[in-house]
Amino acid sequence: MNLLRGLAVLILFQGIGEGISHITGIPVPGPVIGMVLLFLALQFSHTETPAWLGRTGHVLIRWLSLMFLPACTGLFFLPDISSSQWLPIAGAIVLATLLTLLLSALLMQKLMPAEGHRP
Amino acid sequence: MTTWMATILLLALTCAAFAAALWLYRVNRGRPTLQALMHPLVTGPLMVSAILVATHIDYDQYRKANQLFFFLLGTTTVALAIPLHQQFHHISRLSKPLIITLIFGASFAVASALAIAWLLGGSVETLISLAPKSVTTPIALGLSEKIGGLPALTAGVVVFTGVVGAVLGPLIFRWLGITDDRIIGFVTGICAHGVGTTRAFEISARCGAFASLGLGMTGALTAFSLPWLVIFFLD
Repeated sequence: MNLLRGLAVLILFQGIGEGISHITGIPVPGPVIGMVLLFLALQFSHTETPAWLGRTGHVLIRWLSLMFLPACTGLFFLPDISSSQWLPIAGAIVLATLLTLLLSALLMQKLMPAEGHRP
Repeated sequence: MTTWMATILLLALTCAAFAAALWLYRVNRGRPTLQALMHPLVTGPLMVSAILVATHIDYDQYRKANQLFFFLLGTTTVALAIPLHQQFHHISRLSKPLIITLIFGASFAVASALAIAWLLGGSVETLISLAPKSVTTPIALGLSEKIGGLPALTAGVVVFTGVVGAVLGPLIFRWLGITDDRIIGFVTGICAHGVGTTRAFEISARCGAFASLGLGMTGALTAFSLPWLVIFFLD
């Protein structure tokens, strides 16, 4: 029951987000607008996150991989990608991810305050 | 075979492939590098496509039968607001390092991917599909559709990025001598989204919390800026 209650709230925010995206025509996906609205609602409610909502969110996020399995399968059925595009795609992913990991980690390490307040 | 029966079988195919993929992942628990490569989002789609090819079912029919999962992806995007809200108190305490690293990491991920792909001869469509690569898949798919990329290509690109990040991340952190799990988590969340976040939760709870913070913040930042940037540059 609690799971369903949480799901109903999330789908409601998803619907509001889709509606706003559709009516205003702003180029931001509806669920993302829904996410921001839910975040704001939680921030301004000044109470603990309801346990049933937290649980639903936890369950959905845990099963995220299952939900994007059908979308990922599409990678093997791309009609319009010529073979000349595979090198730029693979090269960009591997090199860019490596560089971003390396530089972001170095930058954040420089910026972090010394771990003085360790319990 | 009637349509509804085909639909049920194709839905069951997704679930069965996922169960098998999870089993493969868990069996390799003791071998971190191999396990990262055996992520359910690598082996699952491979199994489904092998079966679709063998049974001559086209992807379009499979996609239509699995609409439910595409819908739930959107619902899960909304649900990302919950960990973001629960971890938000870290932002006020560490606001400077978190926000600067986020803005640098998220924009550098897009810029470097586009530059490298362009240098290697990528087409405009390829570049657009690559742009949301570091954003968690549900957001990336919506974005790719909005900005004129190929959502199927973007889905693959995002998963591939996550796996590369989750495999290379620990090696890079070890090489740099970084042991602070707040840095490991946050940077992994920025670069390797959901796949990286799953991995970060295996390191420690705090590492996972910072990864979901990085994942949520990168998703929100990219989702709100990328569409405008693409419109600006392509028009």
